[in-house]
Amino acid sequence: MFDYETLRLIWWGLLGVLLIGFALTDGFDLGVAALLPFVGRSDAERRMVINAIGPTWEGNQVWFILAGGAIFAAWPFVYAISFSGFYLAMFLVLAALILRPVGFKYRSKRPDAAWRSRWDWALFVGGFVPALVFGVAVGNVLSGAPFRLDNDLRTFFDGSFLGLFTPFTLLCGLLSVAMLVLHGSAWLAIKVEHGAVHDRARTFGTVAGLASLVLFAIGWAFVAYGDIGYHIVGAIDPAGPSNPLRTTSEAARGGWLVNYGLYPWMMIAPLLGFGGAALSVFGIRRGSETAAFAGSSASAIGIIATVGLSMFPFILPSSIDSHSSLTVWNASSSARTLGIMLVVTVVFLPIVLAYTAWAYKVMFGRVTAHEVATNPDFY
Amino acid sequence: MDLGVIDLSRLQFALTALYHFLFVPLTLGLSMMLVIMEAVYVMTNRPIWRVITRFWGCIFAINFVLGVATGLTMEFQFGTNWSYFSHYVGDIFGAPLAIEGLMAFFLEATFVGLMFFGWNRLSKLGHLIVTFMVALGTNLSALWILVANGWMQNPTGAVFNTDTMRMEVSDFGAVLFNPIAQAKFVHTVSAGYVCAAVVVLGISAFWLLKGRYVAVARRSMTVAAAFGLAGSLSVVVLGDESGYALTDNQKMKLAAIEAAWHTAPAPAGLTLFGIPDVAARETRYEVQIPWVLGLIATRSLDKEVTGMSELVLKAQERITSGVIAYDAVEHLKIDRTDLVQRARFEAHKRDLGYALLLKRHVADPRTASPQLIAATAWDVVPNVPLMFWSFRIMAFIGFFMIALFGTAFLLTSLRLHTQTRWFLKLAVVAIPLPWIAIELGWMLAEIGRQPWAIEGVLPTFLAASSLTRGVLWATIVGFTALYGTLAMIEVRLILATIRKGPFEHDEDPQHAPEHAAAPALTA
Repeated sequence: MFDYETLRLIWWGLLGVLLIGFALTDGFDLGVAALLPFVGRSDAERRMVINAIGPTWEGNQVWFILAGGAIFAAWPFVYAISFSGFYLAMFLVLAALILRPVGFKYRSKRPDAAWRSRWDWALFVGGFVPALVFGVAVGNVLSGAPFRLDNDLRTFFDGSFLGLFTPFTLLCGLLSVAMLVLHGSAWLAIKVEHGAVHDRARTFGTVAGLASLVLFAIGWAFVAYGDIGYHIVGAIDPAGPSNPLRTTSEAARGGWLVNYGLYPWMMIAPLLGFGGAALSVFGIRRGSETAAFAGSSASAIGIIATVGLSMFPFILPSSIDSHSSLTVWNASSSARTLGIMLVVTVVFLPIVLAYTAWAYKVMFGRVTAHEVATNPDFY
Repeated sequence: MDLGVIDLSRLQFALTALYHFLFVPLTLGLSMMLVIMEAVYVMTNRPIWRVITRFWGCIFAINFVLGVATGLTMEFQFGTNWSYFSHYVGDIFGAPLAIEGLMAFFLEATFVGLMFFGWNRLSKLGHLIVTFMVALGTNLSALWILVANGWMQNPTGAVFNTDTMRMEVSDFGAVLFNPIAQAKFVHTVSAGYVCAAVVVLGISAFWLLKGRYVAVARRSMTVAAAFGLAGSLSVVVLGDESGYALTDNQKMKLAAIEAAWHTAPAPAGLTLFGIPDVAARETRYEVQIPWVLGLIATRSLDKEVTGMSELVLKAQERITSGVIAYDAVEHLKIDRTDLVQRARFEAHKRDLGYALLLKRHVADPRTASPQLIAATAWDVVPNVPLMFWSFRIMAFIGFFMIALFGTAFLLTSLRLHTQTRWFLKLAVVAIPLPWIAIELGWMLAEIGRQPWAIEGVLPTFLAASSLTRGVLWATIVGFTALYGTLAMIEVRLILATIRKGPFEHDEDPQHAPEHAAAPALTA
């Protein structure tokens, strides 16, 4: 089949596909949940919002779980180091995400207003907190994490939870929130009937779209002029054993822009990030919901791809040790595991996409106030 | 290694896993029962079966979300809390987890939305297929997670790579068709079926005692009786004892369950009762049934069941051999082309994990004295009294379940189940029992695996992340508070749903014509 180097490249690409799959599907669920208390004022309006994602969010969330499992299988170093290194942040994300399934299912089981309002805010937390923390985490990946490996390849950390929050990482967190809220608004505009909720979704979408543009531009400036970036020193063996101790890396200002000089086609990614957000805002204002959703999707793809391409071949640089950084060439599974998992993915991912598309088709159509009031199956 | 960190990491994993598994068995079994109930509806076209399916679907939904919510923690906890484990065996262990997501989680999660929201959007047959897909997805997820867990108990198809300092897959087929994984899958899934059958049986019995929703209750009970009988027979007969002859650790588990301190002459007797005395390494007041254990464990009359003392002696040899492998690895770290060291490693690599057991007592296993090695060998014995008692309680509940469902099946066949009140009361009281047996079963499997995270490969005390006690306490308290609150809410919602009964969105229960629906029983 493929050689080790190619398999690693493919799995680096698939890592991107999974993260983008997560952002495109569950991303709008997070955005919608973060908007819930604001786009819906009355109980009936909030139920419209919840039921706009109710039937499909559960399948969407599997992208997140699958990303976890696939990172474990294909990039065990990344799985082991990032989740234990960002330990409390990860706990925060999990606790917030745990509120979501319960919130959706339990909220409308009881009529009393206080109960429902509590769950609405729980759902807000379940959308906003993960969106923010994912962004902050990506910011930390870009700035490098304070870990080092000993010669048994055991990981040690020097960082703290509060150390995760710097101006740059917070900026990334806000960009992530803006990107997903834009995407969520675009979904609501497609999925709920015209009326108050629809109008508010458009307003929030416009603000989030403009915020995305500004924050992405500031982020770019940070990367260009700030103290961010790494590069590899010495030779690289793309087919060598997965052992980070064999690689030497060091901090390099502007290191994350080097790839765009070497491979100018990579500029497609940031252009997609900006262009998509602009298209989305345009679509929202002009009432073209297809353009709005296509734009927000393109923007999410562009922004995530920008991070991956800028850092290539790094996946998780260490900020404190020059022989610990994880790259595409030193942090993967064995060639055999990558090959087996590739076959499994090639067989099953299209099946998953097919029945997911079918599920969306069955649930096609706008959620109406009338249906929310009368259909007993609705949340 | 800070042993406090290890203990706290283990505590958190145990709490979150045992909590997660309060919801999983009901999901496994109830999804299957929903398929049966809905199939009856589609075939007979009687609306009562739609009511039945929708009601149990409602209970399923309340339970399902907590299974999903707490499952999120499990998917990431290997990375957050067992970082060195994730590095050391991720090459093998990650694959079934990823396949589980791709093959099972997507299936159940995508179709579960349609199952709840699709009643008016799908044809009858279409909806039945959707329900079936949910059941298939949940049961497939059990398969893959038990392939992963089975590999921790019997790590076949993998070798240690000195270049990457981890285990790497050498034969994926062996990982997939690991006999321990297969046995565990059947045992665990059957236990889930029993759990769901007990819940349906118990709630139906409760209604029959109160004389409410009789039309739904007695039909549900008929399904539960048959399904539960099949499940309880399967869970006991196809218990996973068949794997106990396979590896040293599995043999040790069996010896600990039986509190067999020494190898007895074949065929060994089954200890029915006794008080294991750990300090004296003997069992007091033993009551044995001759021959039975030998028959169960070795399927023969002439093979021995190895005792703990003999297994400890074997562990001592393996530690001594493992130290040689460890020494070779240390040399190969410096010069990977050293052929002499490579040969030493190849000859002893099977026992490398045993040398790591010494790291609990000395930083460098190569400096361990023979006395220390002899003492460390006793580390391979798990907590004997806990194993001994949890197995007996679990097995007792298992046999009780067969009796319960045998009676239920008899009564429903004779159509006496609506008036046999002592049995209805017993069925209500029995509701918690499968959970007790299931949780004890997991404790047996995982505490019995100690001191290993991966049997013979990686000791638990080396597997954890380099965290501090402070953050571990923070997350243990956090998870306990969150999970505790959610558990309270869930139980109240389920009780409210039971009280409200099955006719939430359908006809009034008072108008359900008893006589008109009766022939459905024969259908």
